[in-house]
Amino acid sequence: MKPRIAPPELQPASFTFTDTAKVADILSRYPADRKQSAVMPLLDLVMRQMAGEVKEGGGWIPEAAMEEIARICEMPRIKVFEVATFYSMYILAPIGKYHIQCCTTTPCWLRGSSDIVKACEEAAGCHVGETSSDKMFTISEVECLGACVNAPMVQINDEYYEDLTPARMQEIMAALRAGKEVPKGPQIKRVSSMSAAGPTTLTEEAKKAGVA
Amino acid sequence: MPKLKINNIELEVAPGTSIIQAAEQLGIEIPRFCYHDKLSVPANCRMCLVEVKGGPPKPQASCALACADNMEVFTDSEMVHKARKGVMEFLLINHPLDCPICDQGGECDLQDQAVAYGFDRSRYFEPKRAVKDKDLGPLIETNMTRCIQCTRCVRFASEIAGVDDLGLLNRGEDVEIGTYISKAVESELSGNLADVCPVGALLNKPYSFTARPWELRKTESIDVMDAVGSNIRIDARGNEVMRVLPRLNEAVNEEWIADKTRYAYDGLKFQRLDRPYVRDTSGRLRECTWEEAFIYAAGKLKSLQGGQIAALAGDLVDVESTYALRDLLRSLGSNMMDCRTDGAQIDTQNPASWRFNTTIAGLEEADAIILVGTNPRVEAPIINARIRKTWLAKRVPVYVIGEQIDLNYPYKYLGAGADTLETLDIKAEKPALILGMGALMGENGAAVLAMARAKAVVKDGWNGFNLLHTAAGRMGALMAGFVPPQGQFSMNGIKAWYMHGVDNPVVYDHMVGKDDFVIYQGHHGDVGAARADVIFPGTAYTEKSALYVNTEGRVQMARAAVTPLGLAKEDWRIIRAFSEVMNAPLPYNTLSDLRARLAREIPAFGAIGAITPVAWSDFGKPGAVKGVRFASPVKNYYQTDPISRASVTMATCVEAFAQKQRIAAG
Repeated sequence: MKPRIAPPELQPASFTFTDTAKVADILSRYPADRKQSAVMPLLDLVMRQMAGEVKEGGGWIPEAAMEEIARICEMPRIKVFEVATFYSMYILAPIGKYHIQCCTTTPCWLRGSSDIVKACEEAAGCHVGETSSDKMFTISEVECLGACVNAPMVQINDEYYEDLTPARMQEIMAALRAGKEVPKGPQIKRVSSMSAAGPTTLTEEAKKAGVA
Repeated sequence: MPKLKINNIELEVAPGTSIIQAAEQLGIEIPRFCYHDKLSVPANCRMCLVEVKGGPPKPQASCALACADNMEVFTDSEMVHKARKGVMEFLLINHPLDCPICDQGGECDLQDQAVAYGFDRSRYFEPKRAVKDKDLGPLIETNMTRCIQCTRCVRFASEIAGVDDLGLLNRGEDVEIGTYISKAVESELSGNLADVCPVGALLNKPYSFTARPWELRKTESIDVMDAVGSNIRIDARGNEVMRVLPRLNEAVNEEWIADKTRYAYDGLKFQRLDRPYVRDTSGRLRECTWEEAFIYAAGKLKSLQGGQIAALAGDLVDVESTYALRDLLRSLGSNMMDCRTDGAQIDTQNPASWRFNTTIAGLEEADAIILVGTNPRVEAPIINARIRKTWLAKRVPVYVIGEQIDLNYPYKYLGAGADTLETLDIKAEKPALILGMGALMGENGAAVLAMARAKAVVKDGWNGFNLLHTAAGRMGALMAGFVPPQGQFSMNGIKAWYMHGVDNPVVYDHMVGKDDFVIYQGHHGDVGAARADVIFPGTAYTEKSALYVNTEGRVQMARAAVTPLGLAKEDWRIIRAFSEVMNAPLPYNTLSDLRARLAREIPAFGAIGAITPVAWSDFGKPGAVKGVRFASPVKNYYQTDPISRASVTMATCVEAFAQKQRIAAG
């Protein structure tokens, strides 16, 4: 998906980091003459800060923030822009509060990810690549997120939701919309990536650990 | 020193040499798109794959692999062909098949290499991608769909031009060359982007759709838009200059040229003087024949004493005609001649005082660079690029005395003028002091010159004193002795002026009297022609074979790419013919006679392409200068001489530039 860049009328005139201690902490991880190494965590910090500042929807990176990062990291603006447009997790335009990234790569697809996507679209009332009218959800299709064992799965903001069914997906979205807590990870009775039918080997150890 | 074999030929190369460079030493050409020997190596096009024995059993990118001992490289094996064919097929997936309407056609790397490695049909049936064109200003035409993402333009802009405006945005199939938000490339070297682009994505905008490369007659010549003496190739069709391209000369311009050099040529088509004129009694200029113009001018001059005649040489004059004019004036009994029409107090007695002694290539050895009263970015963009190259390679400190200017490398600002220069104290082994014309203008110029001489470091193996000229004709005229006695030009009693390409309004406003008789010899109807009583139509640099001397003192030969317009004649020929009418015939009838005599009198002119060393001694007039501020004489890079002032392309650049200024000013 090509990053959509917010039109000028949505761009804030300026951006300043509110958590200056965090910025200093990020910069302190890199040598003083390699400040541009901090560009990626700073871009991420912008999204987190914006998430708290926007009236509705989720965090995104405005141009003013990229310019601020260019200034802090002493690098050309275009280089910040290159990084920001390269990675799909940097969002450059207003987005829903919950960004649902549906994995549709082969293992998830075999396990029914098409239905999950359809369920998301139904619940949100918008298509893939769009934001719901209440600015709660943005749905995107992504490539493998590396949780194939628990396919099908989606990522919502920072968390994975695995072993989904269309019905469970819609329940999750309804809960999120209502502001309720949703358990992360596998949505069936399974711990982490262990076999869904319970342990088949090392059963004794599993019992001892309390996971069987 | 690694020893290796390339295609079974053994060779030894310097450590760090890449395989592509080593192959080049053997004359083996490896195809490439992203690799460029003046730019960094990203190794992203994968076209230069070779087979290397003694390494992993897969093709290797020869641009990014350093030669090592006992390597056996094959550039033409089956594996190599298969790999390159694969790369080519991928490159052509999204490349449009629009060669017949693409200006790069006929000189396109991709086209040439597709002949060698392309598959004869496509296996790709999906739609090709399309990319939106970018606006890179009035000089560069973009067709971004043709881009193969080699990133040469990105690297050129950030490394050579020093403007970080271009980048590679997005990724995968969506990847494209873009600017930050949307922004023109602000560089005096932007024209080179069209040269580094291996395909037709970035093209020469003014040249768009005007000619095909195979129709053009190529003439190797020398540029006169600044005093760098960039080596150029003039491409002409019929009697029209179609474009100007750089020619490789590592000592001068490497393989870049500045935008004015490349794009001002359309000024050769406008405002031209193509026939002689005389001013009739009503005060209007009237077309006439050469005979009439000569007889009229000679009649006036013959009625005067020798001491009442003066001659000035302008910014674009060639050596031969200046030398001939000097001889003519002497035979008329006058020695009042000068080439310093901008009023710079250059010491005419000492050749070392008016040269770029460090040499342009020599700047790379400097460990400090001090710019005094000069803005090399607009006075000589090619020299500025060399300073940037030195800064990029070893972070050489750059100091500026004069105006606070916008250079494309960081510098330390020391002060505004002479007071700062007086207290200048730079601790360095090989500092290069570059003195601009701006510091030498005005009555204190000679004192500033002496002061700069005292501050420059000159020792065995290093001469750090450099004068940066702004006029291409100045060095040649100084060397040819086109200077007044003791360097003092006096306008007392001057009644007639022979203006050889002088278009500096200050000369006409402050030196030429209302009733003085003015002969103007030149190729453009500019300031000089407007004041002239007689006009001898001369030739521009593209229309004559002539010598020029660059700011280093390098004598270079320009060659005629097209013939003179209308009745215009080569400049030395006009002066030779006029000398006959003046009953003072000059002792040479052909250009080779003239050059032979010139080289006998001043041997440096016999060494084409070389710099003849000169002795270092005292110059300038020591004296107190207080409160003098230095400013560069070039305020508008795009319009500095009659040719660029007549150029539509340059006017468009000024407009684009002015727009930027307006936006910046709010």
